[in-house]
Amino acid sequence: MLTIKNLHASVEEGAEILKGLNLEVKAGEVHAIMGPNGSGKSTLASVLAGKDGYEVTEGSVDFEGTDLLDLDAEDRAREGLFLAFQYPVEIPGVSNVNFLRTSINEIREYRKEDKLSAKEFLAKVKVASNLVELDSKLASRAVNVGFSGGEKKRNEIFQMAMLEPKLAILDETDSGLDIDALRIVSEGVSKLRSKDNAIILITHYQRLLEYIKPDFVHVLSDGKIIKTGGKELALELEDKGYDWINEEIAQ
Amino acid sequence: MELVLDNKVLEFVADFKKPETISKIRKQALDALNGMDFPTTRVEEWKYTRVSKYVKRKYKQVQSSANVEDYTIADLNAHQLVFVNGYYDESLSTILDDDAVSIHKIEDLDEDYYSDLLDDTEENVFSLINKAYQTGGVFIQIKKNKKANHPIHLIHVLDGEEVIANARHFVLSENGSQAEIIATFHSKNSANSFTNIVLEGHIESNASLTINKMQTEEKDVLHMSNELFIQDESSNFLINTITTGGLLTRNGLDVIVEGQNCHTEMNGAYLGTEKQHIDNHTIIDQLYSNCTSSEAYKGVMNDKSVGVFNGKVIVRQDAQKIEAYQSNKNILLSKTASVNSKPELEIYADDVRCSHGSTIGELDQEAIFYLRARGISVASAKQLLVSGFIGDILDKVKNEALRASIDKLFLEDFGWKF
Repeated sequence: MLTIKNLHASVEEGAEILKGLNLEVKAGEVHAIMGPNGSGKSTLASVLAGKDGYEVTEGSVDFEGTDLLDLDAEDRAREGLFLAFQYPVEIPGVSNVNFLRTSINEIREYRKEDKLSAKEFLAKVKVASNLVELDSKLASRAVNVGFSGGEKKRNEIFQMAMLEPKLAILDETDSGLDIDALRIVSEGVSKLRSKDNAIILITHYQRLLEYIKPDFVHVLSDGKIIKTGGKELALELEDKGYDWINEEIAQ
Repeated sequence: MELVLDNKVLEFVADFKKPETISKIRKQALDALNGMDFPTTRVEEWKYTRVSKYVKRKYKQVQSSANVEDYTIADLNAHQLVFVNGYYDESLSTILDDDAVSIHKIEDLDEDYYSDLLDDTEENVFSLINKAYQTGGVFIQIKKNKKANHPIHLIHVLDGEEVIANARHFVLSENGSQAEIIATFHSKNSANSFTNIVLEGHIESNASLTINKMQTEEKDVLHMSNELFIQDESSNFLINTITTGGLLTRNGLDVIVEGQNCHTEMNGAYLGTEKQHIDNHTIIDQLYSNCTSSEAYKGVMNDKSVGVFNGKVIVRQDAQKIEAYQSNKNILLSKTASVNSKPELEIYADDVRCSHGSTIGELDQEAIFYLRARGISVASAKQLLVSGFIGDILDKVKNEALRASIDKLFLEDFGWKF
């Protein structure tokens, strides 16, 4: 589904952050990317989603046969890529419902699908908001305005459920969540998991991975993936930190 | 003897028709004009709005007709009063059965009452030109303790080039009455024409008056609006001013609060494109205690348009326990658009709660990316953000039929959905 080869990226007119990253994600898989602060995790998410302010200097990203880097941010989303933001943006005056209706309509138009009827849309809103136990009142409120930290993160997963992406990148969706919110969010994500889609979890903590069992755990350090293992690697990282990997590589 | 016209104002009005009988108000205005000049940008109140090129032109007072169906609002079910080029057109107007509303010609307004009421208020050259040369207008009386059965829709149309429309209206909301007035302004094939409107009123004790104003004239006309309202004790006044039209628009709105326990609310939305210049000057003058006022104006300026906001709240020495809030927020959609915003508080009392604020910014880039990351195009993302920005002002328009027509206008003119 996603093949990243030798990806180099820097902030515009600034330092190189990704320094030759390789990653292969297949349908049905869940990949966790862990790594210390400043290793490039969020940059990877931003570059994949098409955020301005980054420059890809080398390498390629293939998403289901399409050159992802060639697409505008909105077209990446329309092709089925989803980024759950680490810091969801507040948008005063724009209701969640209006926002999502615009989003779904534009995605469907791009895919040459029919518009969703008001009834179908509302039915979908109901299912998706139940999934993350999001109060249906929040759907009519302005996007993320006055939402608690937990509600913002649940709203991201609510949107994921509405848009049904092929590939979802969850950028530190677990940060700032209490135990209950973490459980709700991760159960929501687990239910959205299927053999046809894939998920990349970017996280600092092993605890998210207790709920969403990854197929692979990658360690990102200084802009490269330096170690890949199964879910037991996450436990080892929690226990021993990241330094031992560098030592292991040095040997 | 040949008359030498060295006064620009007298030259400006030289060809205007004087009525056969000159009333006291006209006489006062005519006399006052003798000593007047047009404002220049050296005058603080006109610093950002230059009128010189517009007042050098000659304008005609001509009666005309209009296709009024183009300007009516679906499902409004209102008393409809039509003014074409400042002349009242009875054949296009419809007055419904309503025991709370009595509509007269402006000439029927008692001049002694009017003079007493407006004693000591300030006039400017444009309101004086209007009062000296007005060609029509209505005196609307909302009867004591009655609620109007229908809103009153004042439709103003400019028809033809280089025309001046001097309509003058007065609203008397008697004790305990309730009413809504909708004033709309339109133009057709009227390049270089001039709407010079005066709308004044008196909101007596316990009365409540709402005015919704919508100015959608084409972008080739001059629009000067002078509004003055006097509020008596325990009255409510709400005025929403929506401006998308005109090449140069100046909305001057003064409210004098002459009694306790009043509430005054003024909201404005202005949307500039091309080379439009939209100026909103407001004053709320609090003379008595225990009153509240709230003012919110928002502007969205694109292309080379210029916005001006100057809002003054005066709290006089004896006016204690006043709560007055004012805000002006602007978004610039292009690098060549600009806004001059000047909120002012003048407080002479010591026990008041007042706040004011002003912002001028661009659309939030983080928000645009967030929307794009959900498959929304840049153009739609901007529309959503602008609609979201201006939407809370439009929400102040509670009349559903009018709101629907505003939404339609915004969708057609700007592609903005709400």
